[in-house]
Amino acid sequence: MRTGVFVCWCGLNIGGVVDVPRVVQEISGYPGVARAVDYRYMCSDPGQQLIKDTIREERLDSVVIAACSPGMHEATFQTVAESGGVNPYRCEIANIREQCSWPHQNEPGKATRKAVELIRAAVEKVRGDEALSALSIPVTRRALVIGAGIAGMQAALDIAEAGHEVVLVERLPHIGGHMAQLSETFPTLDCSQCILTPKTSEVGRHPRIRLVTNSEVESVSGYVGNFTVRIRRRATYVNWDLCTGCGLCTEKCPSKTPSAFERGLAKEPAVTIAFPQAVPHKPVIRAEACRHLTSGKCGVCEKACPVGAIDFEQQDLLLEEKVGAIVVATGYDLHPKAKVGEYGYGVYPDVIDGLEFERLNSASGPTQGEIRRPSDGKVPKEVVFIQCVGSRDQENGYPYCSKICCMYTAKHARLYKHKVPDGQPYVFYMDIRAGGKGYEEFVQEATDEGVLYLRGRVARVFQDGDRLVVFGVDTLSGKKVEIHADMVVLATAIVPASGAKELARTLKLATDRYGFFSEAHPKLRPVESLTRGIYIAGCAQAPKDIPDTVTQAGSAAAKVLALFSAERLSHSPTVAAVDEELCSGCGVCVEACAYDARTLDVRRRVAVVNDVLCEGCGTCAVACPNGATRQKNMARSQVLSMIDAVVG
Amino acid sequence: MVSSENRRKLLDISGEDVTSCYQCGKCSAGCAMAAMMDLLPHQVIRLVQLGQVEEALASRTIWLCASCLACSARCPRGVSLPNVMESLRVTLLRLGGRHLDPVRLPADVLENAPEQALVAGLRKYT
Repeated sequence: MRTGVFVCWCGLNIGGVVDVPRVVQEISGYPGVARAVDYRYMCSDPGQQLIKDTIREERLDSVVIAACSPGMHEATFQTVAESGGVNPYRCEIANIREQCSWPHQNEPGKATRKAVELIRAAVEKVRGDEALSALSIPVTRRALVIGAGIAGMQAALDIAEAGHEVVLVERLPHIGGHMAQLSETFPTLDCSQCILTPKTSEVGRHPRIRLVTNSEVESVSGYVGNFTVRIRRRATYVNWDLCTGCGLCTEKCPSKTPSAFERGLAKEPAVTIAFPQAVPHKPVIRAEACRHLTSGKCGVCEKACPVGAIDFEQQDLLLEEKVGAIVVATGYDLHPKAKVGEYGYGVYPDVIDGLEFERLNSASGPTQGEIRRPSDGKVPKEVVFIQCVGSRDQENGYPYCSKICCMYTAKHARLYKHKVPDGQPYVFYMDIRAGGKGYEEFVQEATDEGVLYLRGRVARVFQDGDRLVVFGVDTLSGKKVEIHADMVVLATAIVPASGAKELARTLKLATDRYGFFSEAHPKLRPVESLTRGIYIAGCAQAPKDIPDTVTQAGSAAAKVLALFSAERLSHSPTVAAVDEELCSGCGVCVEACAYDARTLDVRRRVAVVNDVLCEGCGTCAVACPNGATRQKNMARSQVLSMIDAVVG
Repeated sequence: MVSSENRRKLLDISGEDVTSCYQCGKCSAGCAMAAMMDLLPHQVIRLVQLGQVEEALASRTIWLCASCLACSARCPRGVSLPNVMESLRVTLLRLGGRHLDPVRLPADVLENAPEQALVAGLRKYT
């Protein structure tokens, strides 16, 4: 064996602690080491050239790079080794930065000794490494997008425009997400529907987007490039192939219950099209509100329908789709009412949240866009807006900032002032976070227009006659403040959409403790999940505004398109293998595998590895009671000699 | 003068780390005694953060705090203000002062106040 050892200084990161020349000197005499060299930055172009030249000069058959974590540069050095003529899987990394120089900064002598030991272990490992070649897997060039709000629609459009089919699944009967509920958008105050409907109709008619609404993803199996997705399309009780969307059924339906789209501020019939611009423009029957479906009576819609599209017998439909990539864009909900007791949210009808205010302000909303308070329809003359309700509150809510509330509260206060010029809006805030193009200017205009900002939190809101008493504070004057208001609008925290946690389990994706999907790296891989082939966009990942959401959706689409640009993908060959002579078919490894990469061949009574699903974690190799499972390039003998190299 | 030493002294007594307070004022907004106070509760906390405790020690606020816990129940940062108020009172009492002289209590208070209230008052103010 002829191994080359390349020790990196990483500037002062390693060289400032570890005595690199001494490490090189000590490792030079180690069995199997043909040559050891050091360089200030091994990952730089000259450093890489040094490796290639040394491979050639010393006719090396394996290399050990003593540098930073393999998470940083393993791929870099594998590529260098390969281009120098060494099999990339006979390139090992000794991590002498994260696991040596950084944690042992105060003990340079011991750090130097540990670096030598880590390198010796890596030399022992590479001695047993087989020359492997990467596995190759096919790619199904179709994408699944979960959630058809602005994030999901944008991702779907970008992928479809590039020529690939997209299955777009939406839980609600219509697409558009929360953006369809908004009246105007900051910082330009343009009408939300006006900028949204071109997108919804484009999605609705796009030849390469298969729109599956009123549906949820039930299960996902497979792996990058080869997912199989089962989707449940819940019964709509209306045959959409026959339905023309004329709306006669919705006019005749006698059963009226609170509308979720209107946030409970208006009622809607049991057979309903949520809003005039809905795509698809077809009604659904809400089973829980329908008299016929709950009691067998009524059936007025059936008689009203001119084309016989009402179908009370309709069943859920299970669809199966094969896709190569998945974009998760499940969006957000608002902090639940029950949790804001001190503000009477959910108790007093005139204490509402931001989305309810959007509906009050919307031309197609319950008040046709006039600002009238829910309790008695009066135009409120004093309105208090409270920011950070549930947000930035680690004790009673969530420690994070919901990011969009400063801006939408300024928008709400301004829209209110535009519609009720003699009214007085007050905003309680802690800090104004207006980082964004045109954002700070937008907030300043709010104060110019007469919005009064008070720096402080509100402790209590309670009803007194037909008014709401707000106990707040203005910390700038150091005075307690009491305001008698006609309406209170709470900027409640953004939380992950209901069902996000269950979906995370279905997709085996990680979330943070609040249920937002985790990105692979907070800075450098913001749209990738930790599972290859699954991407995240929009508020499913963290609270964000429309511009950021559209940007992230486009970025997720770009990642999907990059995946689809090749016909086949490569997968690391350092996976588990089974020695069938030794395997007794006990199935312990099948249980132990976290990636569903193992099955039991019942007929032959041996365990079988699905190479592509195997992540090479090694759990099965440890679990196997008779040593039949072997982790490629991490054989038992390799591990033992690595230990000997360290402790011996 | 800003002094971190003073802040640490109070931390030793109260066990409350006031540095986590971000001055939202929710404590003051809901304080039942605020109308009587010369400094609002969040202002006392701010003075403690800065270690400018002389002004806090001289204020009526620390004696008016009834330890009803409305502030700490609502505090988004988990600061127990009553503990901080107590540490300020204790600082003064340890110097030998007493805020309540049993001898000077008005007769009708001695007559009518429940014994428990008197004991609690003496505990808090002396």
